[in-house]
Amino acid sequence: MDTDFQFLERIEPEPWEGAQADQDGSGLSRREFAGILGAGLLLTVAGDVALAQRRGGRGFGRGGGPSNIAARIHFGSDGTITVMTGKIELGQGARTELTQAAAEELRVAAEQIHLIMADTALVPNDGLTAGSGTTPRTVPAIRRAAAAARKVLIGLACKGWQVEPDTVSVKDGVVTHKPTNRRVTYAQLAQNSELAKQFAQTIPSEIALTPVSQWKVMGTSLPRPNRREIVTGAHRYAFDIVRPGMFYGKVLRPPSYGATLKAIDLAPAKAIPGVVVVHEGALVGCAAPTSWLAQQAMSALAKTATWETVPQISSKQLYRHLKEHARSHRGPGRGSAAVADTVAASAPPDGAETVLAHDYEIAYLQHAPMEPRAGVAEWKDGSLTVWACTANPFGVRGALAGALELPADRVRVIVPDVGGAFGGKHTGEAALEAARLARAAGRPVAVRWTRQEEFTWAYFRPAGVIEMRGVLDAQRFLTSWQQININSGGSAVDTPYEVGQKTCRSIKSASPLRQGSYRALAATANNFARESFMDELAHAAGADPLAFRLVHLKNARLRAVLEMAAEKFHWQEHCKNSSANIGYGLACGTEKGSYVAACAEVAVDRDEGKIHVRRICQVFECGAIQNLANLLSQVQGCITMGLGGALSEEILFADGAILNASFNHYHVPRFKDVPELEIHLLNRPDLASAGAGETPIIAVAPAVANAVFHASGVRIRSMPIRAAAAMIPSPSGRGLG
Amino acid sequence: MNQTIRLTVNGERKIVTTDGDRPLLDVLREDLNLTGTKYGCGEGRCGACTVLIDGKRAHACLTPVAAAEGKAITTIEGLAKDGTLHPVQEAFLAEEALQCGYCTPGMILATVALLDVHPHPTDQQILEWMDGNLCRCNGYTQILRAVRRAAGWHG
Repeated sequence: MDTDFQFLERIEPEPWEGAQADQDGSGLSRREFAGILGAGLLLTVAGDVALAQRRGGRGFGRGGGPSNIAARIHFGSDGTITVMTGKIELGQGARTELTQAAAEELRVAAEQIHLIMADTALVPNDGLTAGSGTTPRTVPAIRRAAAAARKVLIGLACKGWQVEPDTVSVKDGVVTHKPTNRRVTYAQLAQNSELAKQFAQTIPSEIALTPVSQWKVMGTSLPRPNRREIVTGAHRYAFDIVRPGMFYGKVLRPPSYGATLKAIDLAPAKAIPGVVVVHEGALVGCAAPTSWLAQQAMSALAKTATWETVPQISSKQLYRHLKEHARSHRGPGRGSAAVADTVAASAPPDGAETVLAHDYEIAYLQHAPMEPRAGVAEWKDGSLTVWACTANPFGVRGALAGALELPADRVRVIVPDVGGAFGGKHTGEAALEAARLARAAGRPVAVRWTRQEEFTWAYFRPAGVIEMRGVLDAQRFLTSWQQININSGGSAVDTPYEVGQKTCRSIKSASPLRQGSYRALAATANNFARESFMDELAHAAGADPLAFRLVHLKNARLRAVLEMAAEKFHWQEHCKNSSANIGYGLACGTEKGSYVAACAEVAVDRDEGKIHVRRICQVFECGAIQNLANLLSQVQGCITMGLGGALSEEILFADGAILNASFNHYHVPRFKDVPELEIHLLNRPDLASAGAGETPIIAVAPAVANAVFHASGVRIRSMPIRAAAAMIPSPSGRGLG
Repeated sequence: MNQTIRLTVNGERKIVTTDGDRPLLDVLREDLNLTGTKYGCGEGRCGACTVLIDGKRAHACLTPVAAAEGKAITTIEGLAKDGTLHPVQEAFLAEEALQCGYCTPGMILATVALLDVHPHPTDQQILEWMDGNLCRCNGYTQILRAVRRAAGWHG
């Protein structure tokens, strides 16, 4: 893989700003909270969308964004309102949400907003689209800019009329002074020469935003503004961009990771009419008028290539390898790693401590967005324009400028709405490949990765080994807790429970595969280990898993979703009336300022050797809901995607090659895999909105693992949860105490 | 080996001179500029490239263009008539059955083909039929609702 993008390969997509800390344990008592619920703030979705929403409370505002209004908003004298953002639409709903934010504060209908996203020549740098950052940071930034713009426009109207700003009102882009029955439109005001001067002003950080109780556009289920282009096939993803005279490019890939090219004969490919062959440093590629011809030329090139390979470990050795290469010292309270599996999970005799320690294993997996990596590059007068599918337009601009030795202002990156990413597109490999081929070919070139390339050369969600250790005192309370994540990252490694003495951290190892971010990243792994291990401890304590958690949990928001999930799922009834091979499990967690709990019902089919997830009941809370329909689709998508990681998704590799680099051999969830879903969304208009595209994934896998234990008596400490391991007959180990 | 191939695409007659082994998908996208049909896997396992050939669902990625000689091909661009969306497209809009939208053209065409074979499909028939189409946003719940709506279940 080209090292030009190494700097982008950070495990954490971006530091999560912990400024919502004041929301944690917000001080709301159980009674107050129940009161709010009773007043109709609860949004329940089971089967059909049912809405019940009462709004109240305060708005919010913080975050970055450009310093002046003009960089964010443009008013055309023809009435068009253009809003600019560096954020990307990846299917998560950013286009919709940011349109709503601008419309709300400008007091116009959403249809009046034209949102330009992710064109580095036009938009401010709003950072990487990752880490659930759009809702808590970019929405407020756009709202502040729009509110400041509205204030300027009102000011201009009032100055012209010589009236006070508090005597006018604004609706649908028209400023009205009722006492004198005068009206002026934004379009008319935009012609005022003073506007440009005033739009150059710094956006005040303390400008008042519309309170939730007065939202008219935010808080509604606005559909995606460009949805018609999607259903008619008119929208062009980066994969679909065509430029005049464009060729289709292919890049030679090594047969295995770490292999270096020793020799190649370009002549056979060059002999194919119409084909351009490029050998530039480590890059060998070709471009042709059709991708078919390019593929033929690439096959000719590949036949002549000889490679020097280096030994690579296989997925069978992965977890031992990660542990052996763990880079830092393991900290107190722990001997050698071999201690891990030696402690039996049994109820303690009265008066004694119980110590449990186990390792959990997390597989590499691939994001496999429907749109594989793609880039189209076009050079003109020494400047480069690329269309790329990436979540990181400005980062890719910098990477291209660096790799191609250009000043950044000669590189323009345009990101059409993307065909899925899930944390997997923080880089721009195809864009750089296209840029190099296009420069050599002297014409625009498109590089579109195949599915096999995407499975092999895109970065993976990190694999990991998570070492868990917990100590229960004689009263079955946790007094000590340790969670050490080796290699897969630190998101959600800390426990939300009251556990006494604790050590929670992540340490690096030597990853055999190229790794990067993922949807909720390590929170999927860390939550799986923590919530599974909490179940193990509950079992050791002879306690109900729900009761055991609640005893150790003070965080009011997390308690609320957990208790509600248990209630809606009829947890207590299931505990009493269990049947053979059917199991129930629950899990909860918090990440990036939102809260989730899930209950799962599974059937273990010992004849077929399969785990069937029959039902998931999930409760999610992310503060004030900005778009219910979009939120619901994110939660549903997260749950089902989470089932893939829980049950089947695992990258297998040997000798530096991926063994299951296709949808035929790497099973992702399909229609038939979707269980009965019962989703409850808690609205908290009194709290700032948190992003919601990630956290709803984190409780699914542990809830399923806990249900499998309940059904089979077998604790499976790996993700994916390998069904075969659950088939061992075990008459004794019912999970619920 | 180049050959001349006659196709009817979205009601228009097209003649392409090309290697007959090229996938229909490439010809649609690269020669006819119809990029609504998507590449997803190249092996018929995701359904993103779904088109209708003589009204029947087909994977354009696995269909050599020569095999479509003389046939009528419908792509997503050909579903709407004079600016009026096809009822299946309307159903997908009504249920907001799209997230990133990359799978949507294939999902819509698979649904059109389903309703041709099973005008009143059961849920089981829908699941069986649609299972070959992947949505990595995992928006299956909304897509199922859209298929049911298009089948006249409600809406």
